[in-house]
Amino acid sequence: MWQYTKKLEYPVRIKNPNPKFAQIIISQYGGPDGELGASMRYLTQRYSMPYDDVKGILTDIGTEELAHMEMICAMVYQLTRNLTKEQIMEAGFDKYFVDHTAGVYPIAASALPWRAEYIAAKGDILADLHEDLAAEQKARVTYDNLLRLIDDPDVLDPLRFLREREIVHYQRFGEALRNTTERLNSKNFYACNPSFDKNCGK
Amino acid sequence: MNECQKLREAIHQHDFALIEADLFLDTHPDNRKALAVRRELMEKRRALIEEYTRRFGPYIVTAADVTDTEHWAWIDGPWPWEESECDA
Repeated sequence: MWQYTKKLEYPVRIKNPNPKFAQIIISQYGGPDGELGASMRYLTQRYSMPYDDVKGILTDIGTEELAHMEMICAMVYQLTRNLTKEQIMEAGFDKYFVDHTAGVYPIAASALPWRAEYIAAKGDILADLHEDLAAEQKARVTYDNLLRLIDDPDVLDPLRFLREREIVHYQRFGEALRNTTERLNSKNFYACNPSFDKNCGK
Repeated sequence: MNECQKLREAIHQHDFALIEADLFLDTHPDNRKALAVRRELMEKRRALIEEYTRRFGPYIVTAADVTDTEHWAWIDGPWPWEESECDA
């Protein structure tokens, strides 16, 4: 189960609304490499994992991604507070506004709604861990791109924190992959699937 | 930042360090140094929460922290995506 902790993992305090920034940051909520997908990917993959350390890291990173999703939503919320009609029109926020007002809905920067195709659960520890390593790098690139486009220090600060977390998660998934390959036949990691074949790696 | 905010931030910094320690321990479960660091962080965090409770009232961060007999303080804002918890 999960228990809500009534705080953000890292503070989000944005003074100036900016619907233009909100429309690109929202991609890290509902976009292809966003935090919603990250959380669902890791929490979903746990069930077919054969090793306890990998179950643990997927559970804990999947949980942290929920906290990142909350930070991204807080940023979108604070960037779209108290908007005037003029601000909405000037920033091109009218298309989002007409469907969602200032509600926070999971879409990509391109306006495509979140879809389960953004995540994978192959039921094979090597395939899934490689998916996770790639996902962390893709999320890191998305943060790099946001950092290039945004100039408000209140917005940059939490984005930099989130970018750092992608790098730490990549490191931890890399260790999980190394622990896994050490348990398998070192000459052929692919000889069997420890998630399915009994006695694989024994 | 007022004293209440500073203390809350210090607790949150310890919470974050614990998240880091947990992830490291997931892939290094027998690392005694990391386990010792984690224990130390837990103790410091507990002392900070005691100080906060003494000076500013109960530190409510999960529903289980609510002990009031008159009022269900869990719902009291601001919520995390709004303003700082110490503004009221």
